[in-house]
Amino acid sequence: MATRTLERTGTAGEARREPRAGEAHGPERRWVKPVLLWTAVVLIVIFCLFPFYWLINVSLKAGPDLSGADLLPPNPTLDNYQSIFEDADFTKALRNSVGITTITTVLALVFGSFAAYALARLRFPLKFLLLGVILSITTFPPIAIAAPIFKLWTELGLYNTWAGLIIPNLTFALPLCIYILASFFREIPKELEEAALVDGATHFQAFRKIVLPLAAPGLVTAGLLTAFFVWNEFLLAITLTSSTSARTVPAAIAFFTGSQKFEVPLGTISAASVVITIPLVALVIIFQKRIVAGLTAGAVKG
Amino acid sequence: MEAATARLKSRPAERGGYGRSERRLAAAMLAPSLIVIAAVAAYPIGYAFWLSLTEYSVRVPDRWRFVGFDNYTDALSSPEFWDALTTTFIFSGISVALELVIGLGMALCMHEAFKGRALLRTVVLVPWAILTVVTAITWRTIFEPGLGLAPVLLDKLGLPGADVVWLGQEPYALGVMILADVWKTAPFMALLILAGLQVIPDELYDAAKVDGASAWQRFWRVTLPLLKPAILVALIFRTLDALRIFDLPYVLTQGANGTTTLSLIAQQELTANRLIGLGSALSILTFVIVMVVAFIYIRAVGGNIRALAEET
Repeated sequence: MATRTLERTGTAGEARREPRAGEAHGPERRWVKPVLLWTAVVLIVIFCLFPFYWLINVSLKAGPDLSGADLLPPNPTLDNYQSIFEDADFTKALRNSVGITTITTVLALVFGSFAAYALARLRFPLKFLLLGVILSITTFPPIAIAAPIFKLWTELGLYNTWAGLIIPNLTFALPLCIYILASFFREIPKELEEAALVDGATHFQAFRKIVLPLAAPGLVTAGLLTAFFVWNEFLLAITLTSSTSARTVPAAIAFFTGSQKFEVPLGTISAASVVITIPLVALVIIFQKRIVAGLTAGAVKG
Repeated sequence: MEAATARLKSRPAERGGYGRSERRLAAAMLAPSLIVIAAVAAYPIGYAFWLSLTEYSVRVPDRWRFVGFDNYTDALSSPEFWDALTTTFIFSGISVALELVIGLGMALCMHEAFKGRALLRTVVLVPWAILTVVTAITWRTIFEPGLGLAPVLLDKLGLPGADVVWLGQEPYALGVMILADVWKTAPFMALLILAGLQVIPDELYDAAKVDGASAWQRFWRVTLPLLKPAILVALIFRTLDALRIFDLPYVLTQGANGTTTLSLIAQQELTANRLIGLGSALSILTFVIVMVVAFIYIRAVGGNIRALAEET
């Protein structure tokens, strides 16, 4: 418990790590560290951002410019963007992705917050075993269930539908969601719930009226990570869909590349890729702290 | 707070009084998640195992027969399976090792106090946020012959590799795949390690310094040993992910030129060749391999999960 609190408040505490005077080596070597640090920082920034910049660059080129490896598009054009938004396959895939991701995320948060509360606060037998089972799902290779789900969905009429993707996505998203939410619920002081219980509230009321509102940042974090996960899902999306009625964006992009094997329209595909990446990058910029908190939830245990 | 919990636990009326209703509520709250997990993970795994013991006719729909473990013998005696297994392990080993080294470097940088540190953390999250499929497209636009940046750049800098058809030649295609994976996931590793760095108390460094330890010794003797739990958790997550890799080879090369992984070969047998029995056997083999690796790792750090369960 103590370590977790330390981690969350880490940002405030880090100010202490301001370079201390003298820092072991003599004044003649004091410039070494900043130079090394800034070189590393510049390299990291180039490593992380340049490939995405290159993708944007390609998406702004058309025709013969595509084959020239210019770092700036010589004749920048939005043709590629225009053509993907005129492509019904892409806009439909976009709609499918948004719908499937939203519904899965909401369901995962509702189911996940119940389960997480039970795991974080209630006392019942076999808790360790149950947590182990839930976490073991995160290690499942989706390929292992692809064939049976494909056969089942064909029989049940769920093949190539939104529901057919939402259900398995929910299964794979839930463990992550439960794990993150449980680690947030644990940080809410127990005294608040105890006071409510003494005043005659039930455990469920305490959960709904006290824990849930206080865990709002945790819900945002878990929701974001679930949404990223579902938006990214690919194997089930190509195995369980056959047309634009449920095909999601990743599957649609792969379908573009697969269908024209001989002349891959990389300009158009790059434009589509940029379009679906911009919202994600925007979310990262806005919610950086929340996302980092979620990714590292429970990873650090003294 | 610790005192309050202890007081609560020592009150006997509490334990007996809430026991049953609490247990019932726990069951009710866990039920929705457990039902979904059981229906879509546990049951299909059993069904997949059953399918792996059968052979479905490619021509006549719904005609099948029981073949026992024939699909497994077929799979285990096919060079394709062993190639995919080797590729998967080479890919996982190299990319996770590179991710660890690069991630550690990134984490150490992000831990330093300097202006723009928050910005660096955001920048590092960009590759993490990009879809795996888009990652594959991005690296294709860099390495695609006649379009890509890499051949031109290598040529201009006079480096070897300008003549290589990167995605079209045996070891190089896997190299691009590893590079793409490292790019996308090293940031994740970095953030987990950074969280580990942040819980190391400064006093330990100060004490080591007083004892005359150099910066290098402090890193090897203080930082690394204390980072071990965080690194192990990051390694588990990444290794299990890498063993299941599917999207990258699918979009980069469609599995050509030595990039077919276990998940990809199973999926190809299932969908392209419509061999449900063999495909299921390959899927189950993939599942078992991932589980064995997971088990080995979890034996090493099982205490962490137990601590989480028992913390309440």
